[in-house]
Amino acid sequence: MGHKLLEVKDLMVDYRTDLETIHAVNGVGFGLDQGETLGLVGETGAGKTTTALAIMRLLPERTGRIVQGDILLNGASVIEGTEKALQRLRGETMAMIFQTPMTSLNPIVSIGNQIAESILLHNTQGRSEGEIQQRVDEVLNMVGIPPARKKEFPHQFSGGMRQRVVIAIALACEPDLLIADEPTTALDVTIQAQVLLKIRDLRDRLGTALIMITHDLGIVAQTCDNVAVMYAGELVETGTARDIFTSATHHPYTRGLFDSIPRLNQKVRRLRPIPGLMPDPTDLPIGCFFSPRCPQARPVCREERPPVFSSGSQRIKCHLFGDQEGFAQAGP
Amino acid sequence: MGDGPLVQTVGLKKYFKTGRELLHAVDDINLSIAPGKTLGVVGESGCGKSTLGRTILRLIEPTSGQIYFDGEDITGFRKDRIKKIRSNMQIIFQDPYSSLNPRMSVVEIIAEYMIVNKTWPSKAQAWAQAAKLMDLVGLARRCANMYPHELDGGRRQRIGVARALSLNPRFIVCDEPVSALDVSIQAQILNLLMDLQEEMGLTYLFITHDLSVVRHISDEIMVMYLGQCVERSNPDALFERPLHPYTRALLSAIPEPDIGMRDKAIEVLKGEVTSPISPPPGCRFAPRCGQARERCVASDILTVEADPGHHVACAVFEGAGRAGRQGHPQRE
Repeated sequence: MGHKLLEVKDLMVDYRTDLETIHAVNGVGFGLDQGETLGLVGETGAGKTTTALAIMRLLPERTGRIVQGDILLNGASVIEGTEKALQRLRGETMAMIFQTPMTSLNPIVSIGNQIAESILLHNTQGRSEGEIQQRVDEVLNMVGIPPARKKEFPHQFSGGMRQRVVIAIALACEPDLLIADEPTTALDVTIQAQVLLKIRDLRDRLGTALIMITHDLGIVAQTCDNVAVMYAGELVETGTARDIFTSATHHPYTRGLFDSIPRLNQKVRRLRPIPGLMPDPTDLPIGCFFSPRCPQARPVCREERPPVFSSGSQRIKCHLFGDQEGFAQAGP
Repeated sequence: MGDGPLVQTVGLKKYFKTGRELLHAVDDINLSIAPGKTLGVVGESGCGKSTLGRTILRLIEPTSGQIYFDGEDITGFRKDRIKKIRSNMQIIFQDPYSSLNPRMSVVEIIAEYMIVNKTWPSKAQAWAQAAKLMDLVGLARRCANMYPHELDGGRRQRIGVARALSLNPRFIVCDEPVSALDVSIQAQILNLLMDLQEEMGLTYLFITHDLSVVRHISDEIMVMYLGQCVERSNPDALFERPLHPYTRALLSAIPEPDIGMRDKAIEVLKGEVTSPISPPPGCRFAPRCGQARERCVASDILTVEADPGHHVACAVFEGAGRAGRQGHPQRE
C-alpha cells in the first residue's frame, strides 16, 4: 500500500449565509495510517467537528462549503465522490460517533433494528435475515450489551449504554476509519472510563484507525498515538502524543491549554488561564490567529501568517520558532 | 455571629414522590461549612448533589432534618423570614445559557435582585451598583446594555456571579459553575471565584462532577453516591488515601493529562448506577462494588471517622475508627 488510509490536504471550510461567511477551517492537513489513533484537541469553535463533518461529507448542504483542499480516503478523493458513492463509503469504510447519545438514536426504532439497518444498507456479502440478526448479536456482545435487550428502545437504556449502541452501529460494518466526536463528553467519569476502554479495546482488536475529537487532554493522553491541536480552524501544533505531553517546547496556545487545567497531582494556588477569547471566525485577525491572546506575540505575529517549524515529530505553526534551536522551517 | 459553622445540616433528607414510591434524592446528609471555607460536593449525575444545594437554600423543601444558617435553624422559617435570609444565601447556576432572562439586558439582570429587595432607594442607584459589580467580576462596562445572547459562555457566567454577589451574600451555592465552559475560560472563572472568596470572605458549597476542579477549589470534599455521603475529608487525604471503594473507582477513572499514567489500572465499575427509587437497606454502592460482602446489604452502614477528619461510610471500616454518624455535629 503506497498511500495512507486518510489524507487531508490543506482543507478550508466556510459556512456561508446571506449575512456573513464563517471561516471554520483554515488550511488543515494531516494523515492517518491504518490502526493509528489521532487526537484532535481544541476548544469550542476551533473547527474540530467541522473537519470531521468535511471528511464524512456531512457538512450542512446549504451553508457548508469546502473551499479548498482535498480529502483522500484510501487514495481516492472523497470530495469528488457522488452522493451514491459516498453512501457506500459512510458506514462501510468510515463511520462517525456523535457527541450526544441522547439525540443520535431514533427514539421509535428498537436498537436491534437500528444496528441491523446499517448492516442491511451495506449488505455486500448477501447476508440473509438470520445472518444479519446474528451479526447484530455479535456487535452487541462486542460493546457489552446483552443481545436479549435488542428489542428495547433507546429510552430504556442509560446514557452510557446508548453511547455503546451508537458505537455498535458505527462498528457493525467494521469500518477502516472511525471518527469519534467527543464520544464521552455527555457521560459521567466512571461510565466514560467504560466507554473509552471499550473503544480502545475494539480499535486494537479490529485494527480500526481512529480520530478522537475531544477537548479533554486527559483522554488524549490515555488513548492517542498522535495529537493535533486546533485553534481557530488551524492546526497550531501536531506531534506524537509522547512529544506533546513531554516536550519542553510548545506553541503558546498548547502551553496555555495545559496551564488552564487544574491537576490532580499538583496543587497550584492560581490557574493561569489564557486571556481573552477565540477570535470571531467571520473576522479573523491578520497574521497569527492566536496573536491577540498570545503573551509572547511580537510585531511580526500581527502582520504575517506564521510558517510551520518542525523538530522531531513536532510541527508548530508559530513565528517564535524561527530562531529556536533544533527547529527547521517545514512549510508555509 | 459566632465561631461556629456558617452553614450546617443535620440529617437532611429530601424524598421526591414518584407514583407510589419515593425517590431518595438526598438521604441523611450532615455537613457543616466554616465561614470563608469551601465545601466541594462531588458525584455523578443523579447522585443528588444539586438537590442538596437547593434544599439548603430552601428552594426545595426538605422532607426532614434541619438546616442551620449562622447558628439559626431556618428549616421552619416562613416565607417572609426566608426571603430576608436569602439575601445572605445565593446560587450560581450551571448553565449560563438558560439561567439568564434573554429579554433583559446585562445591567437589568444584575440589578434585578437589588430592585426586588429594595436594597437601594432608587433604580438608578441599583444600576450604578450593578456597574460596580461588573467591574468586580471583570465584565467590560460596554456590555451593560447588551443582551445575554450577544455574549459567550464565560461572560454569561460572570453575569451569574455578579448577580449572586449583588445582595452581598455570605454564602453561595455554586452548582457546576464551570461545567459548561471551555478549559481556558473555566480557569478564568475559577480564579475569579477564589479571588472573590479571599476579598469578601465568602463561603461556598461547590457542586461539581469534575474531580480536578474540586480538589483545586475545596477546603473539604464530600463524595456523594445516590443521595448519601460516602466519604468526607480534606482534599489531600481524600486524593492520597481514598477509603471508600466508590471514591477509589471515581479517582481511577479520571483520564489524566500525563502520558506516563497511560497504563495505570482503571477500576472499571460493573454495571450502571442503581435506582434511587425505594433503595434497599445497606450500602447503595454494593451492587457495583468489587469488595461487597453479605454485611454490605444486610443493614444501613454507619459512618465512621477512620482518620481524624476523614469520614467514610463503608462496611470495611465500620469496626475501625470512632463510630458516630458522619461525625454528627454536636448541637447544644
